[in-house]
Amino acid sequence: MGLLSKKDAALITDPFADNNPITIQVLGICSALAITAELKASIVMAVSVLFVMGVGNVVISLMRNIIPSKIRIIAQLIVVATLVIIVDLVLKAVAYDLSKTLGAFIGLIITNCIIMGRFEAFALANGPWRSFLDGIGNAVGYGVILILVGFFRELLGSGTLLGFKVLGDPIEKTGLYALGYENNGFMLLAPMALIVVGIIIWIQRSRNEALIEEN
Amino acid sequence: MGLKQNLHNLKEKYKGTKMAPAFNAIHTFLYLPNETTHNGTHIKAADDLKRTMNIVIMALVPCLIFGMFNAGYQHNAAINGFTEGMSFFSGDFWNLDNLLIGAAKILPLVIVSYGVGLIVEFIFAVIKGHEVEEGYLVTGMLVPLIVPIDLPLWMLAVAVIFGVVIGKEVFGGTGMNILNPALTIRAFLFFAYPTWMSGDKVWVADARELTGTADAISGETMLGSLAQNAQSSFSNWDMFFGFIPGSVGETSTLLILLGALFLIFTKIGSWRIMLSAVIGALVMGFVFNQVVEMGWIGETSKFYGLMSLDFWKHLLIGGFAFGAVYMATDPVTASQTNKGKWIYGFLIGFISIMIRVFNPAYPEGVMLAILLMNVFAPTIDHYVVQGNVKKRLKRAKVKTA
Repeated sequence: MGLLSKKDAALITDPFADNNPITIQVLGICSALAITAELKASIVMAVSVLFVMGVGNVVISLMRNIIPSKIRIIAQLIVVATLVIIVDLVLKAVAYDLSKTLGAFIGLIITNCIIMGRFEAFALANGPWRSFLDGIGNAVGYGVILILVGFFRELLGSGTLLGFKVLGDPIEKTGLYALGYENNGFMLLAPMALIVVGIIIWIQRSRNEALIEEN
Repeated sequence: MGLKQNLHNLKEKYKGTKMAPAFNAIHTFLYLPNETTHNGTHIKAADDLKRTMNIVIMALVPCLIFGMFNAGYQHNAAINGFTEGMSFFSGDFWNLDNLLIGAAKILPLVIVSYGVGLIVEFIFAVIKGHEVEEGYLVTGMLVPLIVPIDLPLWMLAVAVIFGVVIGKEVFGGTGMNILNPALTIRAFLFFAYPTWMSGDKVWVADARELTGTADAISGETMLGSLAQNAQSSFSNWDMFFGFIPGSVGETSTLLILLGALFLIFTKIGSWRIMLSAVIGALVMGFVFNQVVEMGWIGETSKFYGLMSLDFWKHLLIGGFAFGAVYMATDPVTASQTNKGKWIYGFLIGFISIMIRVFNPAYPEGVMLAILLMNVFAPTIDHYVVQGNVKKRLKRAKVKTA
């Protein structure tokens, strides 16, 4: 960590665990529920948010002294919207099928609470380098949970990982399916995603002493 | 004295250790503890939580035994043909052959349900260091009664773990749960493994294995065939006695009625909830009948089959009676105020029949109706209490003025 001072390093590591945007701040839940039925979609979403967060935070930080505070939300929205359109167009050009399955959700990155939250709470008050680290940290914290949820939902719901049939073929009854195993259709529904996120929060809170509340 | 004293000694030995709750649970399951209270208020009552739970289980046992006979009867009748106009004590139904087929299928369900559920309860009691709570005793009995007979045991085990942990323990255990755990378990199964929980291949034992062979059998439930506008061959008495395909223990309206009387007599179940649920179902059924009568819905409509069913017959088919008597009255998840109970029960009946008719994907609405009203029960109570407070304040003002 020669590159980063201790304070700067905390910007990246904090959101990863003790101040995770999804499990602790409970932001960005909507997309965590909507697109995590497949691992691939989760990964693409995580990378997209990583790009938007990192670049967006830097841009806002650079403009922080010239944005009038009365119209700062609109200014922030324009920055996010621009970045999201870039992501959307790149996806359409590079991976058209995937962009179709993600559909509206790439566009809805604009409304992801984490992004606006970090702009407001951090980028408006800090320099570009620190804002960049903060953006990357939060996006990674978000992405890790997204990928974790996507992993369990795809594995238990469809029996596949990134489209590979890791548990055998459900129609020809090979692998686990030969023993009578069946996919759990509930895993593919959004309510179960909420429960999976809840279980992650439960495990994290009971293991991390700093987060245990007094009662 | 022997067993009781031994258990007491065992309990003393493990006092203060982590495993103590596990031994206490075994001790107090059938015996009163040896300790007496020394100070403070003494409340003497014969019924504690365990006794209450045992009474509900007693009310459920007839349904379980009937379910075993019925499972065998449905299996044999699907192959050899149904007996017409059977009386309740017919030898065609109550015979050893039927019982053996049914018991072989149903006892494993009961064992898995209790085994897995109690293990989860014990683990949580030991980790959290509280006494083992009795809440699972009734849930464990309800679960095998409300699932299709051919349900694979591992699915039941997964669902029980989910239901007990997510439905109950995360809220703080028995008495704190918002949703009825037995219905949470069934809802999990229903959404996770829909092919094992609905259709015409799951309600009769071995229907799935026999598919495609010469003995192929199919058993639609009454609701299933009515939802497809098909006529059913069962008579009203068959429906009332319970000689119809369905989940294991919910088919016999007669036995459920007896269970209901027993619960009301022992003051365990709330008669307000049961009665208002029945009224709610009848009202909704009657409204649908009138809609058909007015000619707004023709025979071509996909709702015709269930809408034109005489409104009182809704009480005889499906799991409505079972749900209204054994699940809606769960004292933890139901409304607590008397006025609230009327509203809560009425809406359960009303919504059950509505889901039944309007959503063919969910042939039985009572599960979802009860879960929905479980969520709203505290809200109902809140407004009942607030209404009462307002009324009294008004009265006080009039007097002082």
